[in-house]
Amino acid sequence: MKAPKSRLRFRNLLASIPNQMILIFFSVLSLYPVYYMAVTAFKTRPDWLRNQFGLPSPFTFQNITDALIKGEIPLWFGNSLIVTVASLVITTIVSALAAYAIARFRFPGRAFYFNTMIALMVIPPAVLILPLFVLMVNINLINKLPSVIIIYSGLLIPFSVYLLVSFFRSLPTELFDAASIDGCNNLDIFWRISLPLSTPALVTLIVVNALFVWNELLIALVFLQDQTHKTLMPGLTLFKGHFTVNEPLIMAGTLIATIPMILLYLFGQRLFVEGLTAGAVK
Amino acid sequence: MLDKKLSTGTGITFRKIEPYLYLAPATILIVLIFLYPIVDIIRTSLLQNNPDGIKTFGFTNYRLVFEDPVFWEALSNNGKLLLSVPILTVLSLLIAILLFEHVRGWLVYRGIIFMPYILAIPVVGVTFVYLLGLNGIVNTLLRGAGLEFLAQDWLGSVKWVLPSLSIVIIYREMGFGVVLFLARLMSLEKEMLEAAAIDGANFWQKHIYVTLPQLSGVIEFLIIVELITMLSWVFAYVFTMTGGGPGFASTVLEFYIWKHAFAFRSPGIASALAVVLLMVTTVLIVLQLRLRSRSLEEGL
Repeated sequence: MKAPKSRLRFRNLLASIPNQMILIFFSVLSLYPVYYMAVTAFKTRPDWLRNQFGLPSPFTFQNITDALIKGEIPLWFGNSLIVTVASLVITTIVSALAAYAIARFRFPGRAFYFNTMIALMVIPPAVLILPLFVLMVNINLINKLPSVIIIYSGLLIPFSVYLLVSFFRSLPTELFDAASIDGCNNLDIFWRISLPLSTPALVTLIVVNALFVWNELLIALVFLQDQTHKTLMPGLTLFKGHFTVNEPLIMAGTLIATIPMILLYLFGQRLFVEGLTAGAVK
Repeated sequence: MLDKKLSTGTGITFRKIEPYLYLAPATILIVLIFLYPIVDIIRTSLLQNNPDGIKTFGFTNYRLVFEDPVFWEALSNNGKLLLSVPILTVLSLLIAILLFEHVRGWLVYRGIIFMPYILAIPVVGVTFVYLLGLNGIVNTLLRGAGLEFLAQDWLGSVKWVLPSLSIVIIYREMGFGVVLFLARLMSLEKEMLEAAAIDGANFWQKHIYVTLPQLSGVIEFLIIVELITMLSWVFAYVFTMTGGGPGFASTVLEFYIWKHAFAFRSPGIASALAVVLLMVTTVLIVLQLRLRSRSLEEGL
């Protein structure tokens, strides 16, 4: 006996209601803090005190303009941008070269080197900061952007090498053999074949690493203490201390800091998913 | 592989050292950022100040650490945070399976549930300070539901501060778990699930007996990644939400290292604490090696 199609569909719809309820519940939980941040950023303080959770009334751009003009946020935003771009450039080039060696050559110490990378992914940055702080003081880089750029570039290498090795290995060997018969040396092969073919992996890697650098707090906090050299995250965290009386202004600041990553996410959701699940799902 | 004679003709010696040249820049940075600091904290942790002003090697810093009740409290706080890993795993699994059943709009749900993971921890932290405050949404909802007696200062109570922190961490990390499990579920063979359904297995039987065993690898992956997170990456939550308090009720090892290094200015103690944290994470290094090299085993 077969139920008529429409009745079957209706029954399926009914059966999916509990599932939908659970998913809606978790979606609301996931969205709520972002909603709160967004609506608070557009409220006046008296409005926020009266009505913490509803929509803004009156709606105001004052906090956003204040955050952008009065404070150091534009400066911190610029610093975050410089630090993120510079760290990504260094770490990507350096890691790609290392990953190429591990994936394409056979040499003594190769497996050891690769396993060391995997092990280093576990080391907590909190363990490393004190000696690095003393080092940066000695070479006079404290409160200068290059200090955190060097540290981030180094911290990102293990994961980057790991991800790129797994990608380089998946490229067909024939291509490389053909290129070397045609007279390309290994550096040419790296530059003209491996890298262009790895664009998807490189983009994924850059997106995931950008998320890490942009959002990092501990290292930025320790190495950039000077007000004009801060990046956004420590800036905003301490901004809170300065402006505890104006919550909407603080939320405006966090909203501004979040927008670049939300944009990156909207355009490249797939890249995040691929990069973050690398190594777990074949 | 590429051991044909190179067109540059520099001969066998160049070919032998060539891979090391590619590794050199990465190696320099790794030595500077990882190896040098690790050697240095071990050395600093063993240096002690003697009354006569001369530094000698000894275990004073470690003795002070092990006699410090706050160290034990911080260690046990890290341990308590580990308890959120199973909760996080089960919730992620549940949501991933629901999404996998192709409920209407699953792509939208996935996009929304993953979003907290791209928010910066300081942003999440600052926002939750308001949401969990005395007049925050949580307490307002409780009062609205007539549960006034449950309302409290969630981050200011010794009893509730760690569970509250755990919930915020779960909130952010769950997006990662869901996406990870969903990616693996979508790569499964459909035949077995269909066969189970034909044999009359219900929803739960189907997933418990057919899906779960095939997910064991990726479940193990998430658990290890999250164990690492709970030990090595919770500083930003603690710093932005509680400052380690009330008292030391939410102080974790990372935060305590930072305090000793930069607030108390006691590098010896900070280094000894860092070495202890490093020892704890060594267990995870072993797990990590097993896990990560397995997926790349062929050929290495």
